[in-house]
Amino acid sequence: MAVEGKAIDALSQFDLAPALGAVGRSVGFTQSNLYMLISGGLIVLLMMWGMRHRAIVPGRMQSLAESAYGFIDDMVLAQIGEEGRRFFPFVFTLFMFILFGNMLGLFPYAFTYTSHISMTFVMAMIVFVLITTVAIMLHGKKFLGYFFPEGAPIWLAPIIIPVEIVSYLSRPISLSIRLFANMVAGHVMLKVFATFVVMLAGLGAVGPFIAVMPLAINVALVGFEVLVAFLQAYVFAILTCIYLHDAVHLH
Amino acid sequence: MPQLDFANPLMMSKLVWLLIIFGFLFFVLKNYALPQVASVLDERAARIAADLNAARDAQAAGEAALAEIRAATAAARAEAQAAIAAAMLDAQTKSAAQAAEINARLAAQVAQAEQQVRAARDQAMGALRGVAGETATAMLDRLAIQAPANDVTAAVDRAATQGGR
Repeated sequence: MAVEGKAIDALSQFDLAPALGAVGRSVGFTQSNLYMLISGGLIVLLMMWGMRHRAIVPGRMQSLAESAYGFIDDMVLAQIGEEGRRFFPFVFTLFMFILFGNMLGLFPYAFTYTSHISMTFVMAMIVFVLITTVAIMLHGKKFLGYFFPEGAPIWLAPIIIPVEIVSYLSRPISLSIRLFANMVAGHVMLKVFATFVVMLAGLGAVGPFIAVMPLAINVALVGFEVLVAFLQAYVFAILTCIYLHDAVHLH
Repeated sequence: MPQLDFANPLMMSKLVWLLIIFGFLFFVLKNYALPQVASVLDERAARIAADLNAARDAQAAGEAALAEIRAATAAARAEAQAAIAAAMLDAQTKSAAQAAEINARLAAQVAQAEQQVRAARDQAMGALRGVAGETATAMLDRLAIQAPANDVTAAVDRAATQGGR
């Protein structure tokens, strides 16, 4: 992308760089990991420091911590059922980690760790390995029945079984690409319009007035991105719950 | 696109660090943070349930007390009505007895008075007869008619019974 000789550099924001100086460099600790650490610290801070009063009538931080807890608790119970209780800590960690990653990434100069396909794919693979392990541990060989629903005519097996297997295997791919694509698209757009603001503002006397337009778009985009940040974390968590439901109940 | 630059050695180390950080976060949340939240929520639910039970008990006690008061009021009212009825019955019998006594006394007085009147009249009539007999004898004497005293008395008696009433 090049406009009037000046390049719009929308992608360098996703470059990995070592963080924490020489120590970080030697152990391959990137700024992506630094933000993971920050969001993890914020989550623990919210859940432990926010709950420190153990108040019967909660304050602001405690309300926030409790609503996050209740939100995921309700989701897990509604999607998986009573057996889902033991997956609650995992779904909660997953949701909060992605949500904080998405939200932190919206701050200027921050790095969005969920904008890397490798990162989202690892998260999705954790979910995939978990649901497969749970299904095999709970149902053993009957797990294979998942790929051929009961009551379907036997002559449809050559069609249904490959379709089911492909759809099962594509779960981690769709999970990871959905999150990754949403975050990248949002941040590229923000960066492009932000660059427009700077470029248009340099176009002489009328420049600053025209530059207001992409600025307004960016203001709207930030609001939109906050929504997307929450929504994608929610989608990731609820799809995990749905997959866990399939693993526990086999359809 | 830097995300697809898998030749970058930081790509792999980043994922290792991701697993370490995510695993550690999961460990801390599962073992320390979430049980604390759960205990606070349970505590609150227990407190609310206990308060609700206490309120329900208090309501039941209040309703029982109210029922007791109602029963006591009803009993007191019934007692009072019984007492009123008894008093009225008593008063009625008493007044009836008094009236009967008074009536009897009056009747006796009336009877006595009538008897006195009758006696007086009889006495008067007797005296009158005597006087009439004497008068008749005196008049016969004056007329110089000799008549037996018995005949005179009988004639006076006859006249008295015929015109005396």
